[in-house]
Formats: sequence, C-alpha cells, structure tokens
Amino acid sequence: MNALNKKLFRDFWHLRGQIIATALVVACGIASFVSMQSTYVSLLDSQQNYYSAYRFADIFAHLKKAPESLKTEIEKIPGVAVVNTRVVSEVTLNLPNLTEPAQAKIVSIPEYQTPMLNDLHFLRGRYISAGSSDEVIISGAFATANNFQIGDAFEAIINGRWRKLTIVGIALTPEYIYEIRAGDVFPDNKRYGILWMNRKAVASAFQMDGAFNDVTLTLAPGVSESSVIENLDRILKNYGGTGSYGRADQQSHRFIANEFSQLKVQGTFLPAVFLGVTAFLLHLVLSRLVSTQREQIGLLKAFGYTNFDIGLHFLKLSLTAISSGAVLGIFLGMYLGAGMTNLYADYFHFPVLQYSAGWFVILFSFFISFGSAAIGALSAVRKAVFLPPAEAMRPEPPARFTAGFLENLGLQKYLSPIYRIVLRNLSRQPIKAIFSTFGISLAAALLFTGFYFFDAINKIIEIQFYQIIRNDVDVTFYQPRPGKTRYELKNLPGVSRVEVFRAVPARLHFLHRTRKVGLLGAENNSDLRRIIDKNGKVFNLPPEGIVLSKSLADILEVEKGDKLTVEILEGSRPVREIKVAGTIDELMGMNAYMEIHALNRLLNEDDVISGAYLSVDSLKKEKLYADLKETPAVAGVGLPSVALNSFNETFGKTIGTFTFILVLFASVIVFGVVYNGARISLSERGRELASLRVLGFTQKEISIILLGEQAVLTILAIPFGYFFGIIISMLVNNMVDAEIMRLPLVFSAQTFVISFVVTILSAIVSGLLVAWRVRNLDLIEVLKTRE
Amino acid sequence: MKSIQTKNTESEAVFHIHSVSKIYQMGEVQVHALRSVNLDLYEGELAVLLGASGSGKSTLLNIIGGLDVPTAGEVIFRDHNLTQADDAKLTEFRRDHVGFVFQFYNLIPSLTALENVQLITEIAAKPMKAEDALEMVGLKERLNHFPAQLSGGEQQRVAIARAIAKQPDVLLCDEPTGALDYKTGKIVLEVIERVNCELGTTTAVITHNAPIAQMADRVIHIGSGEILSIEKNEKKASPSDLVW
Ligand SMILES: Nc1ncnc2c1ncn2[C@@H]1O[C@H](COP(=O)(O)OP(=O)(O)OP(=O)(O)O)[C@@H](O)[C@H]1O
Ligand SMILES: [Mg+2]
Repeated sequence: MNALNKKLFRDFWHLRGQIIATALVVACGIASFVSMQSTYVSLLDSQQNYYSAYRFADIFAHLKKAPESLKTEIEKIPGVAVVNTRVVSEVTLNLPNLTEPAQAKIVSIPEYQTPMLNDLHFLRGRYISAGSSDEVIISGAFATANNFQIGDAFEAIINGRWRKLTIVGIALTPEYIYEIRAGDVFPDNKRYGILWMNRKAVASAFQMDGAFNDVTLTLAPGVSESSVIENLDRILKNYGGTGSYGRADQQSHRFIANEFSQLKVQGTFLPAVFLGVTAFLLHLVLSRLVSTQREQIGLLKAFGYTNFDIGLHFLKLSLTAISSGAVLGIFLGMYLGAGMTNLYADYFHFPVLQYSAGWFVILFSFFISFGSAAIGALSAVRKAVFLPPAEAMRPEPPARFTAGFLENLGLQKYLSPIYRIVLRNLSRQPIKAIFSTFGISLAAALLFTGFYFFDAINKIIEIQFYQIIRNDVDVTFYQPRPGKTRYELKNLPGVSRVEVFRAVPARLHFLHRTRKVGLLGAENNSDLRRIIDKNGKVFNLPPEGIVLSKSLADILEVEKGDKLTVEILEGSRPVREIKVAGTIDELMGMNAYMEIHALNRLLNEDDVISGAYLSVDSLKKEKLYADLKETPAVAGVGLPSVALNSFNETFGKTIGTFTFILVLFASVIVFGVVYNGARISLSERGRELASLRVLGFTQKEISIILLGEQAVLTILAIPFGYFFGIIISMLVNNMVDAEIMRLPLVFSAQTFVISFVVTILSAIVSGLLVAWRVRNLDLIEVLKTRE
Repeated sequence: MKSIQTKNTESEAVFHIHSVSKIYQMGEVQVHALRSVNLDLYEGELAVLLGASGSGKSTLLNIIGGLDVPTAGEVIFRDHNLTQADDAKLTEFRRDHVGFVFQFYNLIPSLTALENVQLITEIAAKPMKAEDALEMVGLKERLNHFPAQLSGGEQQRVAIARAIAKQPDVLLCDEPTGALDYKTGKIVLEVIERVNCELGTTTAVITHNAPIAQMADRVIHIGSGEILSIEKNEKKASPSDLVW
C-alpha cells in the first residue's frame, strides 16, 4: 500500500463516526432501492412465469348461456389463439367451521385433466376423477384460511339443493392470484373461495348441458386486443354476453398491476431521497476535510502530486464510505426484500414466489450509490484540486462574521452570548443550514407520509364500513326477483329492516368514450347503504336520471346535464338515453347509481330487485344464517363486518413491519444529518470551544453552543416536514388506481405527533453522541495544535 | 567530503529570474510583493535570503519553486521556461526538481515519519531510500513515530528528509528554523548544510535571522519586494559556529 493510501485509511479511521453516519444513510437508500426493486422484479417475474406456464387468458367474457358449438365461431375470430369455454356460477356454502354462510365461485374443469387456459397448479391432492360429481378442487387461500385438508367435506347449494362436496385437491390459478369476490375491496379468503368441479356435473346442475356461460381466450402474438373484444361482443350479444374485457380489467390482474406500479414508484422515490441526503452529507464531511487538510494538500502539491492524484484521493475516500454503505444496504435490502415478498405472499397467491435480488438491481444500486458519492464529493474535490499550492500553505483566514438578519431585528438583546454564538453560526453558513433543515424535514416527511397511509386506510374503513355500509348482511339472488320478495326477507328471523336494490351490468357511452359498469338501482333515502362522498356528505338520489362517481364522469368526460347512452347487458339488452343528474366524489370504486324505480322503468320492468341489504338482530343471526343457507334463490350472502375483521387481521401484520422500517429509515436520516452537522461544528470550532472552556464556560454551555444549532435546525425542519409530507401524500394519492380506491387526504393528530416525536428523539440521541465527545475534548491538545 | 569553501560564482546558473514582479490584488488595494526582481542562482550554491517580515521572501521562493507564478517577468530553470508553464507543467517541475522545507514542517499527521518520506519517494524519478534520507538527518531510530510523537526539531528534520529523499536539483527552505529554539535550529541548519555539501543540491534558505547568513555562499538582501544587495561570503561559517 502506498503512503497516500495509508493516509486515506488513517483519515478514514479518524472520521469513522461521520463515515458510519453517512454509510448508514446510504445503506438505507440502497436497502430501500434493492428491497423494492427486487421485490418488484421478483413479483413481476413470478407473475409472468406463472401467466405463461399456466396459460393465463388474455380476454374474459361472461354470458347467460350459449351452445358449445359457438366455440368454433369464437375460434374463427382473427387473432384468437386458444378458446376455453366454462360453466361458472356463484354458490352459497355451508362450511363446518362457520355458522355464517360462505360463498364460492364454481368453475368447471374438463372431466379428464388436459392443459387448459388459467390452468391449475396443484399444491396438494389430485385432479378430479372421471365421472365424479361431488369431488372438488379448492383454491389455496380458501383452504389455508379454513384449514381444509384433502378429504374434508362441506356443503354447497347447487341449483337449490344441498350437495356434499369432498375436497380432492388444493390448487392455485393465475386467474385468482389476488383472490377476492367481485366488487369487494378487501379479500376475505375464509368466506370466499374458488371451487373447480367436473364440467359435466356443473353443467347438469345448472342446466348448462352442451352449453357454456363463460369464455376465456388467448391472443396470437401481436394481435390488437380491442378488435378481438369487439368481435367477441358481437358474437356473444345474442347469448346474453355482459361485455368482454382484457387483462387490464381482470380483477386479480388489476390489483396486482396497481400494486406493482406503486412499488416501482416508491422504489424510485425513496432511494432518491436517501441518496440525495447522502450526497449532502458527503459534501459536508469532505468539504470540512479539505478545509482541515488545506496545508497537507498544499504540501502534496508542492512536492509534485498532481491535481488528479489529489482529486482521486478525496474521491476514493467518499467512494470507500459509500461502498461500505452500499454493501450493507444490499444485504439489508435483500433481507427486507425477502420479507416484503413474503408479506406479499399473504395477499398474492403464486405457486412459487421466488425472491431473487437479480444482478441488475445489485449492479445498478452500486452505480447509483457511486453516482451520489460523486455528486457529494464534487465540490469538495474541486476545491482541493483548484487550491493553489502557495495559498494552501497559509492557514485559512478566520471566518468572517457579521451580525445576521436575525440580529438586525434586535433579537440579540434577549439572548445571552452563548445563544448569540449559535445564531451567528447559523447565519454564517445559510446554505448548509438550509440543506440540513431540508434533510431533516425529508425524514419527518417520510414518517408523515408513511403514517398518512394508515390514516387514509382508516378513513376509508370509517367511511366505507361505518357510514356507507350499515347493514349486517347483504343478499344477492341468482335471478332478479319480484319486489314483494322484500317482505319474505323481512319475515326471516331477526331481520329488522330490509332495503332492496337492483343491479345490472351496463355499458355507458358518451361520444366515442365508453365504459362498462354495474348500474345500481338503490332506494332513495336509504339508511343501510348510503351514498356518501369523500367528505362524509350523504347524497340523495334524484327521482330521475343517473348519478356517476366523479372518477367515472371524468373518464367519460361528462357533466351534469349531459345525455348518456346506456346499453344494458342483460335480458332484452335495451339501449336508452339518460341524463346525468349529478356526480359524486366518492372514495371507492367507479359507480353509477339510479333511483331503483327509475332503473326499473329504464329496464321496462315492474318492481324487480336483484338483492337486499338487511339489518339484523345479532342474537338471532345464527338462525338467520341457517335459513339463508337453505334459501335456493340466494346466490350470495355478504357479511361486511366479518370481512372487515379478517382484513384487519392481515393488515395488522403489514402495519407492524411497515412502521418499524419507516421509523428506522427516518431515524437514520436524522442521525446522519444531525450527527454529521454537530461533528463538523465540533471540528470547525474545537479551538474556539476549548478556549471557552479555558475561560471558564461549563461543559453544558459548550454543548449548547455546539448542539443549539442542530436543535434550531431540527425544530425548524418539522413544519417543513409536514409540508413536504402533505405534498408527497398528494402525489402518492394520484398513483393509486382510481377505479380501485381513492385515498382521502386526511391527516390524524397521531401522524403529526409521531413524525414530531420520532424526528426529535433521533435528533436528541445523535446530539448526545456528540455531546459525549465534548466531555472528552482535550483542552491542551486542542490549544496546542496550530490552526 | 567536500571542504567548506565558497563556490565559484562562475559555475552555471540554475535559475534565471528576470524582472519578476508579483502583485496581489486585495479588493481595491494592490500589494506589490515583488518589484522587478533580477536574480540568478548557481549550481550547488547555498544562498540565504535575508529580509524583514513582509519583504517578499516567501513570495520569491514560491515563484522559484513553481508554487506560484509571477505577475510579470521570467523564471527560467535550466532549459525550462517556467513563466509559460501551466499548472500541469509546474506540477511536473516540482515533482522532478524541487524539494521544499517549510517553517511549520507540514508533515501529514496521519502518516509516520517513514511514511511521510515514502509519500514523496513513491512519486520521485530517482529517489534515495526513505530510510537513508531519515538516517541522513539523524532520525534512524524514529522511523515509525507519528508527527505528534516527535519534537519540533525532529519534525523539521523529517521534513528535510522528505525534501532531500527525492534527490532534488534545488532545495528551498522557508524559515526552516522559524519555529525552533536555538539549539534545535542549529541541528536543522547543520543538516541542510550537509545536504548541500554532500549531495551538491542547490539550496536557498529564507531567514530573517542575520547571523544565519554567515553559512551561505551568497547572501541576498531583500526589502520591500526588491533585491537590495547581494553579498558573497568569502569565508563560510559552519552552522555550529553561528550565534544568534
Ligand atoms: N495571498 C496574498 N494576498 C495578498 N497579499 C499577500 C499574499 N501573500 C503575500 N502577500 C503580501 O505580500 C507581501 C510579501 O509577502 P511574503 O509572504 O513574501 O513576505 P515574507 O518576506 O515571506 O514575510 P515573513 O518573513 O513574515 O514570512 C506581504 O506584504 C504580504 O502581505
Ligand atoms: Mg515568509
């Protein structure tokens, strides 16, 4: 090792505290980059492998009923590769471990196992045996949630009759990576699952012999999706097709895609914050180093070391600091990434969710950390390189002090000399003060935004589950029922209130824009299912016209008063004109509402309902559940509060991990900024402070001078942190797929308090570490050395 | 070993300094640190620059050593014209030809005595062994001491070892004894003299201590940025005989 490198290592050792502080910030930046990007890549890889290996379909369509012979016609659509027809139906289940009814989607599979679209990946068990009519394969998440084993049995109402089904296999499918009931917000795997059964048995149970009611297909490479959708819709129109759609609108795919895109953005944004702070910290440390080593630099130059040698020397120092952080960050990132991938496995069900960091991510993380090192080192290295050697041999002139603007206000009268020193030091290096404040405020903003996310979810839950959904049970029928059914429901045990609804699939057209929706006819002045905007205001449906979620109105670019074309996708499929009676800014989903009678009139039907919301006496609900299980017309029973509980259970686990990482990351930023800031002050002013000690100032007073600066900056940073936090929250909001949900911009007092407390506490801890150094300030040593 | 006697001024001039001026612009005020200085330095001589504080000694030495450039005039070292040299050329010149000794030693505090010398031998074209250089200044026993563990005189001797280890053509010393006491100062001067004699290195020593001038071949008096007079010492004194 040459002498210059020996100097490098000894400088390194001397600066170890500051280098560690900086390296930790790098480590967090790289860890966030590696963990998120690698999780993203791992998920994307798993998804794509899964999709291709198990032939995830490109286009999906449901219809009322069509003869199997129609399949050949669909196959003839130009660009269609493989067509798969199925019989699919929602059924009510009676699970041995639940008093309340559960629900499942039955999906038919061929009698003999052959490769098919949306194919099954077996976790356990086997394929159904030929000719069986009571064997089922159940979905993995459903099995896990209910702890089902091969050989267990449960009951299902299939076409009005209880049928006992025996589990022979447990499987996954790319169609339900995110296993959630259509229209639900949160998955409830205990009460909703997928059942695969023999096509023959399903068909005969649902009067679908030689027919199908669901079709999925794949496209030949390079084929336009929209043209195939158009052709398919034309073919299915006469068979009650409810409109086909591509992967982008497939529920499972859509949730995953939304999650992926958020992960990707966060995996860019968060590291950028950290690496920005890193560059700033390196700048602080190196600039200071170059100042203290002016004379050494001058000497090296006097003896013929070139500018390049000297620039490289300081660059090496910053690269060494960074690479240790980067290595730590890569390992931490891989650890966190594996953990995150595991968390995702609770929500997304892949056959194998293989976590791998990938060479590209690792190489790239070195690249960006060196980039930030170079940026941070730039000005200090420049300073070292351009320092004229003769100049360098002279000690730096004493810092120039003037009365800062704060003092021009006349504030100094109220301050003791100690605090005046603090103020003057702050106003002497305003840029450094601004950057430090900015760095700390980013940490506060990070906390703020993180906790805002919980606020938003809580608000959604509050509005969705306590203000909008106020019924205990909701019931949907296989077929629309006459309005008087409401009285039968009212007579069920424990039911105190019934409100009915009518729902039809429809396609809304305005000019060339079009959108498929579920058109909901609801009772006016409903009490059990209210229509509420994001501010909690209750909306009453007008007697005529259609009311749209604002997000839907935005997509169609319609306003109140515009005339929409409504194409009903059920029954005789009428096409009508209807006026937009209003828009409502809602948090969840994209909805279209009408007053129920207005919808009945639009559909040219009498008083007809699709389902009902029930208010139930909790003491009698067991009896009600039992009765509902026995009611053949009922296709599904929803229990909102149960679904909420199960969501809270899963989400609670995520919150804990997330909070821990958030607090850790934010503390590291604060530590990096405050510790380095104070250490540099100590180095810049060691002589001054030692002189003050000699003059009789106490250790405490000295610490105030040293740390007062950092305290002012930290406190100043908090309001900015709130401000940036709010801005970032707004940006994050825009990233969420508006059709899934819109996060309300609400901030709880707790969010403000936690961001404050964590920031201040980390600053105090960092300050104490430096104060401990002040205690060990060697007066003689400091005064002896020549500045 | 050569005997101590005045060297022949007719021997070749190593440095030609012609009409060199240096003006520092301090805001509105111009400081004339050097005013049209003419000076030659000869092969193997030991020149002492004598002058009051602020007279321009360091400025002149820095220009000779390629640490600084003059505002006007010409500096020629052998066949190199330093006047037109850019930063890279000056660096090369310093690296290949010049050894510096400063008043405050300027050792790298994080390197040991030996390493401080090696720092320079590593980039020199024909260096002596770092250990030998330290032996020459009488510090063979102190190789692995850090600067903080050495006395001022010892530190200065390390600095001299560092300057001579590369076997420079010129040795430039700016108040090498300025920070040292009488006794230690003498030891350091002896070392400089030995180097000048044994290695024949052209040497310029700055001082404002008139008696030190007695060890020189030539004494150059500087005042207010000008050369006041140049005096040849017919009989050089040995540093050990100096009194100040
Ligand atoms: N960088 C500079 N900027 C402005 N003026 C300078 C600069 N360097 C030197 N001077 C001025 O030039 C003049 C000569 O300075 P120089 O350092 O050469 O003096 P010196 O003879 O070495 O003095 P001393 O014996 O005190 O070291 C002085 O008046 C000094 O103030
Ligand atoms: Mg001087």
